[in-house]
Order: sequence, then structure tokens, then C-alpha cells
Amino acid sequence: MHASTSQGGSGTLVTIDAVMQQVAEHKGCGTQGGSGKASCGSAAGQGDLPPEIWEKVKNHPCYSEEAHHHYARMHVAVAPACNIQCNYCNRKYDCANESRPGVVSERLTPEQAARKVLAVASTIPQMTVLGIAGPGDPLANPAKTFKTFELIAQTAPDIKLCLSTNGLALPDHVDTIARYNIDHVTITINMVDPEVGAKIYPWVFWNHQRYTGVEAARLLTEHQLRGLEMLTERGILCKVNSVMIPGVNDHHLVEVNRAVKSRGAFLHNIMPLISAPEHGTVFGLTGQRGPTAHELKALQDACEGEMNMMRHCRQCRADAVGLLGEDRSAEFTTEKIMEMEVDYDLEGRKAYQARVEEERVAKVAAKQEELAGLAGADSDIRLLVAVATKGSGLINEHFGHAKEFQVYELSTAGAKFVGHRRVDLYCQGGFGDEDSLQTVIRAINDCHAVFVAKIGGCPKADLVQAGIEPVDQYAHEFIEKSAIAWFKGYLEKVAAGELVHTLRGDAAIRQGALIVAA
Amino acid sequence: MAYKIVASQCTSCSACEAECPNVAISEKGGTFVINPKKCTECIGYFDVPQCVAVCPVDNTCVIDTAYPRYQAAG
Repeated sequence: MHASTSQGGSGTLVTIDAVMQQVAEHKGCGTQGGSGKASCGSAAGQGDLPPEIWEKVKNHPCYSEEAHHHYARMHVAVAPACNIQCNYCNRKYDCANESRPGVVSERLTPEQAARKVLAVASTIPQMTVLGIAGPGDPLANPAKTFKTFELIAQTAPDIKLCLSTNGLALPDHVDTIARYNIDHVTITINMVDPEVGAKIYPWVFWNHQRYTGVEAARLLTEHQLRGLEMLTERGILCKVNSVMIPGVNDHHLVEVNRAVKSRGAFLHNIMPLISAPEHGTVFGLTGQRGPTAHELKALQDACEGEMNMMRHCRQCRADAVGLLGEDRSAEFTTEKIMEMEVDYDLEGRKAYQARVEEERVAKVAAKQEELAGLAGADSDIRLLVAVATKGSGLINEHFGHAKEFQVYELSTAGAKFVGHRRVDLYCQGGFGDEDSLQTVIRAINDCHAVFVAKIGGCPKADLVQAGIEPVDQYAHEFIEKSAIAWFKGYLEKVAAGELVHTLRGDAAIRQGALIVAA
Repeated sequence: MAYKIVASQCTSCSACEAECPNVAISEKGGTFVINPKKCTECIGYFDVPQCVAVCPVDNTCVIDTAYPRYQAAG
């Protein structure tokens, strides 16, 4: 279908120009890429997805970009042990205001975890997914992991179960995973070449022995790919996470993409390396940098062919709670959940979720209607806009309150979600308003406009000066519909000669802590 | 001798607990400890002490010189 995106050769030729050319030819999202389908699993409906797959992903925020505006997930930190060492991970570091994989504030027993799930599900009716993602590796703690799933399946049967693993122990546990009805598994695969792997993994622990170097990486990649095949053979939906490490595996990830796609992976999530020196990881200490926004998007675009790319991952903690862009874990500490009155109201949850579905349908209908007006418009212009949102697919956040901006790519094909930029300033301390504004501008510097519910006069003027148009006329309206409407106006102004379309520069991907609660 | 865990370095990840063939490791006061009476340095079981091999922090599971070297039975 999108032959232009499947690169031939060694997979080392991801130049920006080549990628941009592919982008220009690419429409929509992988297997669902019909005209006007702008984001993965969209149309508040299944697109081209088979019904059984759609049932699995429609309310899973990690597996459906569209769902992530509406549904929440939680992780329970029951799996502290790990069986491999990664250069981007430091298990010693733990800060309550820190948000990244492998970090948690407290560890739970399976019984505490089950209680927490009930407490959260009762408080947040749109919480549909329970994942076990660490802080170590779930399959290095099989007894605790599967006991937790068993308890939750008994008390909250409507919640989807998923786990995230490094894959080393995966082949041994595939049958158990299938038996427990875990129908989403994420495997972190950063390489399929042991020589590359040796630069990422100092060692793995397997069969009572520590392996190092190329031998360790070979063992890991063999187990990962075999595990992936075994899962997909059993109809279990698999997502592959890859950490993009510039100069180490960035070009190689195109090859990884091909390898996992051929083994039936459903979704590929390429994430930027987090490597702040204060985290004390090997990469942080050696000064290994993460990718820029431009580099990340170019690689994601290059991999987007027949396979869906996930671009809405927030690289959350192993005890995260809430919508992907928020973290409500501080509301649900063990101490607090033990005091909470928990009444698991299955019918109430279903009713709430039915209302969410109505909202989704309305959102998509609005987008389709607006999109019809773009039909026939002839322009090669393709640009990015940033959106301040609290969820539900609405422009409903004030500029100054936004902890992140969602980024959409606009073209005559419509509006497509392509990423998000964090702009929260927690843990940096001492910065004035001026500096925080500069942080925001750096983070969305590749965007032509920023859509907000409200914005003050001063930041407005500064944004204009930076070449980013602040747009507040669509407050509390649907994101995609509004973005398309604005884009129509933009194209008209360009056509009338009122405006000259210029390209924007690159933007920075913010490293470090995500604020826990507003 | 037996092995011991340097408490200030222990991340409490519990990885060692499950690997110990002697069930000598347990949680105590937030970190993990090795019962020197049960530790055999993995002699007779494995070529390398399992706690050392699986621990994510180098030099955290170390020989405790306060105890005499373990002698394999027989």
C-alpha cells in the first residue's frame, strides 16, 4: 500500500529529505490509511481493523491513539526484580515527581495491587486497562505478576489486562499469559543485531548465569523475537517499544521495525531516550543525548508503512494512574486506598463508558464534516500545530496551565496526531514566567500555531514574535475539526497572497520529571 | 565465609531472593539481607553466587569476611 515507506537496502538511509518525501506521500495511519483517516484506529470506529482486533483496542489508551483522549490506564508496581541491565535505566533513582519507566514510589503486594485497582476503577470510570510494567520486569517476577492478574480478573472482570516485558523470559511464559487472558503484551526491542545490543545492554541474567557483551544481546534478541512470534500465533496483540538512541540504534530501528512487523506485531512505539545526567544512568553519565523532535518524527514517519506507529506514548512510570497525559498516582497511595470505601459498580462504569463512546462519535462526525470542506483543496502545504488539551479530544486547556501540548500535522488529507511535547517545569524550581515561556516555545518551535482555550496578552505577543500563531477562537471545541477549519483559512490566506508559508525549525524534547498533580 | 548485602546500595528489587538456592535471603527493614548461617556461596549449586550475578548494582553482594570460608559437605 505505502510502498514508498518501506525502504529497501540496509535500512541506514534515513535522511531528513528522504523522510519528508515519504511523509508527503503518506496518507494517514498504516493499515487504515484511507482518504481522510488521519489517526490510528480512528473514525471512532474500527477503520479497516477486523472486528475482533477493534474490540481489543477500542478502549485501550496505549493501543489506540484515538482512545487515549478518552480512556485511562493504570500500572501496579508489583514486579521489582529485573533480569537484564539497560544503559538507560537506573533502579536506584526514585523521586515522587519523576516520570519515566522503571521508577515508582512504592511497591505493592498482589493483594494491595488488587485493592488499588478497585479503588481507582471506582473513582475513574474511564479507567479500562491494568498493566504490569515493573518497576523491574513482570516476567522476572512471575508469581507476583500472575497472582495480581488472577485477583483482578476475579473482582474487576471488565478491565483489560496487559503487561510490558523486556522479553528475555517471554518464551517460558507465553502459555501462562494466554491462560490468564492477557491480550496485550508489550515487548521492548531496541535491536535485532547483537553488535548494536552490546552497546545498550551490559548484561542479562539467564539460566543462573550472567551473560555479557554480544553474547548477552544475542540471547536477548533471540528470546524477544521468538516470544513475539509465539504471542502473535496465539492471537495476543503485541506492541513493540523501542528506545531511540542517536548514534547507537537510530538507523537500526528501521530494521527492527521490519523484523517485528514480519512477526506480526500490531503497533510500534519508538520513544526518545531519556538520559538526564541526574538520573544516574550509564547513558546519562556518558552524555549520550536523546533525539530532537524532528529526528524522532522523521524516524517514526520512516517506519510507518503497513504498520501502525504509536506516537502518543508518555513513557510513564510503573505506577502511573490516569489518562496518558496526566498522573494521578499520588491520589492512590496504599495509605489512601486502604481508607477508601470501594464499591465496584460495573453497571455504572458501563453507563459512563457508553457516554464516552457518544462523545467520540460526535468528535469524529465533526471532523468528517469539516474535512469535507477541504476536499478538492489543492496544496502541498503540510505543517504542525500544537494543542492545549485536558482530554476528550477538546481544546480545553489554558496556555499557561498546559503541562504538555499535543501535536497535529495538518495537510489537505486532514489532521493527524503525530506526538506531544512536555512543557511542565516541576523540579526545575526558580524559573520565572519568562523562562517557562521560553521552554514552551522551544518545545513547540516546529509548530505554526498553538490552539488554546485561553491565553494572556503577554505570552500571546511573545508567541507571535517567535512565529507561532496563538489561536483561541476554538476554545472548548473539538481539536481535529478546529484544526482543519483553521488550516482551511490558512490555505486561503496563502492562496490570496496575504500570507507567505515558511518552514519552521526543530524543537526540543523535554527530559525529566512530569508533575504528579496540578 | 558467606555473602552479605551492602544495605546502602541495595535497591530492594528482590531479584536475589528468588535466585538463592539456600533460601538464605529475606527482606528486613526495607532492604534484603543474607542469613550467613544458610549461605553456601552457591558452592555445590552454581559456578557463580547467584545474588552477585543477578544484582543490578555492582559490589552490593560481597564476601563477608567476618565468617569463615564455606566448606562443602563431605
